[in-house]
Amino acid sequence: MSMNRSIKVSVTLLLAVAMFAVAGPWLSPHDYLTTNFDRLLASPSLFDLHLFGTDDLGRDLFVRTMLGVRVTLIVAIVASLVSLIIGVTYGAVAGFVGGRVDAAMMRFVDTLYALPFIFFVILLMVAFERNFFLIFVAIGAINWLDMARIVRGQTLSLREREFVEAARLTGVSTLRIIFRHIAPNLIGIVVVYVTLTIPQAILVESFLSFLGLGVQEPQTSLGALVNVGVAQMEGAPWMLLIPAALLALILLCFNFLGDGLRDHFDARHAE
Amino acid sequence: MSLLDVTGLTIRYGDNTVVDGVDIFIERGESVGLVGESGSGKSQSALAILGLLPKQAKVSGSIEFDGQQILGADEDRLNTLRARRIGIVFQDPMQALNPYLRVGAQLKQILLSHGLADKSAADARVIGMLAKVGLPDPERQFRAYPYQLSGGMRQRVMIASALIAEPDLLIADEPTTALDVTVQAQILELLEELRDETALLLITHDLGVIAGHCEHTIVFERGRVVDAGPTTSLFASPGHDHTRALLAAAPRVDRGEVPEPVSGSTLLSVGNATVSFKDLKAVSDVSFAVRRGETVAVVGESGSGKSSLVRAMLGLVPMTAGRVVYAGEPLMGAVEDRELSKRRDLQLVFQDPVSALNPQMRVQAIVEEPLLVHERRATAAERRSRVVAVLEKVGLEEKYLRRFPHELSGGQAQRVAIARALILEPKVLICDEAVAALDGSVREQVLDLLRDVQKETGLSIIFIAHDLAVVRSISHRVLVMYMGRLVELADNARLFGSPRHPYTRALLDSVPVPDPVVAPKRAPLRGEVGSLVSPPSGCVFHPRCPIAEAICSNKVPTLVDHGGTRVACHKATAI
Repeated sequence: MSMNRSIKVSVTLLLAVAMFAVAGPWLSPHDYLTTNFDRLLASPSLFDLHLFGTDDLGRDLFVRTMLGVRVTLIVAIVASLVSLIIGVTYGAVAGFVGGRVDAAMMRFVDTLYALPFIFFVILLMVAFERNFFLIFVAIGAINWLDMARIVRGQTLSLREREFVEAARLTGVSTLRIIFRHIAPNLIGIVVVYVTLTIPQAILVESFLSFLGLGVQEPQTSLGALVNVGVAQMEGAPWMLLIPAALLALILLCFNFLGDGLRDHFDARHAE
Repeated sequence: MSLLDVTGLTIRYGDNTVVDGVDIFIERGESVGLVGESGSGKSQSALAILGLLPKQAKVSGSIEFDGQQILGADEDRLNTLRARRIGIVFQDPMQALNPYLRVGAQLKQILLSHGLADKSAADARVIGMLAKVGLPDPERQFRAYPYQLSGGMRQRVMIASALIAEPDLLIADEPTTALDVTVQAQILELLEELRDETALLLITHDLGVIAGHCEHTIVFERGRVVDAGPTTSLFASPGHDHTRALLAAAPRVDRGEVPEPVSGSTLLSVGNATVSFKDLKAVSDVSFAVRRGETVAVVGESGSGKSSLVRAMLGLVPMTAGRVVYAGEPLMGAVEDRELSKRRDLQLVFQDPVSALNPQMRVQAIVEEPLLVHERRATAAERRSRVVAVLEKVGLEEKYLRRFPHELSGGQAQRVAIARALILEPKVLICDEAVAALDGSVREQVLDLLRDVQKETGLSIIFIAHDLAVVRSISHRVLVMYMGRLVELADNARLFGSPRHPYTRALLDSVPVPDPVVAPKRAPLRGEVGSLVSPPSGCVFHPRCPIAEAICSNKVPTLVDHGGTRVACHKATAI
């Protein structure tokens, strides 16, 4: 099977960004905490290795941006995993068991859908102390609903397929039917959907951080950096442009990856 | 000059040549049949004539229609040609009709966009055309959406749209393959009546359709024309081995040896089975029995309830009323609630092998799964040797163990499905249209396989099918169903030799015979199968029955014995 070009390009770019985010801070002589009051709002330069310049407190922006990329990627991946695990299990059970169980489970999902989530998350953040863990919970809680619906729909149609009927006839246990016959046939659609929910999670995290509800100083994320950058837009445009450009790049890559994977799996079905 | 003159047509996709140097000539008003198995290139050739091949296709050769070169012609010219000179009827009318446009609007569009009629005359001409293709109440159908019509009605609309511009050539690609046999007979008759001066290029896998309706026949095999000539002489003395093979693989309803009845003890019986889905009664009060080593065929058109009947027997759908007795003990409830020992004795083979095999599992895993459930103690090595043995029995070598279903042909996939059903050595094998999706020669091989297994192990087979010629060649007894009711039950020779029920007779008369000497009979039935939600009163068949009388619409006929045939008809004695 050959991968199509959008998969190759986006994976290469994402790996490059991730490697930079991991290795970058060690290569720089600066760290993310130290403030340097001699060089507030310095523009990017090779001279003292402030590659992306400094911020309004004189902290090195290169290191801080790389840190932000790390946080953003971790949030995105962990939140997607949360949505993957809850969503797939929930959807597969609802779809396979069917009947009243299915109806009750899906009405619960509908109810959660009706909640204004951003508002809910803001309340959560205000009520409890802000922490990393809560961001995962909040974002995962939004994303698993879509995943559950998609997986349920797919399971419903798989359950009617004749190879599942054949397994029921011979007496294969329900658990084995779910794991051996249903789950492997869900992989395609789930992989595609996860790559499409990652950018969603990144956007929500950025949005929360932009509102000041996300990660806490001196930790940072791309969203938080953009937030600070907006305030300094006139005097120090690099503070906004560099993290915003990286955020856009990551989002685009994940979107292209999702599209590419979708085509990839479609092509296999068309064979 | 011929109307259509195709010479040296070659179609390639990458390195794959699907059509290789094909010649087709059609004179004005002539009817030509293209016949061949799936993948032989007959549909690709037709698409090339229409200029409808996808862009990746590399086409060479020459296609002249009435002196104009079609290959390489621009889209405008092709459009005019397709709308005014060449009509098309596809296999699946639901795909070919726009679901969001009313039938009348779709037909009017053809006339208006090509200036074939002005606005004031268009409506009348469309309604006239709809009446001509035999749609009842054409004014009403003019305003109907495609989904409101039955399959046969939709195909009539397709024919109306293909013929409304009075083209010189009509191309029909498997026009009746998706239809029931009695409707097929009506549609073929309609094509014949309506085409007048229009030449016909009929593409089909069914030699019976060709024999009855084409003056010339062209035989395709793997992208090449292997045989061509006037239909009568081609069928009488085929010039190529492939033609002979196709003819040999086409079973006939009108002659040939039939299996002798079996006299064994009863193994499985079904009593007064009724299956309802909400207010739809799919099966009403059906009783029959299967003996050891016997093949019982269940025959009927779509909606006859034959699949629901066996699904209820197996416990895949609930049986509303009635009972199933297997080896003297009742089989009750959903399949999940039945004892494992009883479940292993009844196995099912599905119609479509592609959807019956899990695409993510290899052949070995698919075939050995039943062993994991029923013979937990078997070691991996034992399971493997059992799988190899059963695959060998169905004619597949060991190398197929590691294959995925999408790496198998249709016939191979169906063998794998049969192997999975046979690995537990069941006593009853239920085949639900198990050979319907297979090409002629492969179908014969699978049928032979079933006969061999039966001879060897004394297997009982319940064979559900709509193809009467196949049923005639394999079954010992036949059960005919119509709208969920059992209308006739008899031994093979008696049912095909002297059918008692008017519906059975009509079914038999509708089957096209692959012999041009036997003239096609007039379509014996008008109309189509009624609604199961509000079935007709009395005998459900009476609205279509040619010999119905007053009593037929008042009283439900009971199953009575007439010289060994059990038949449900008030007029059975008169026949």
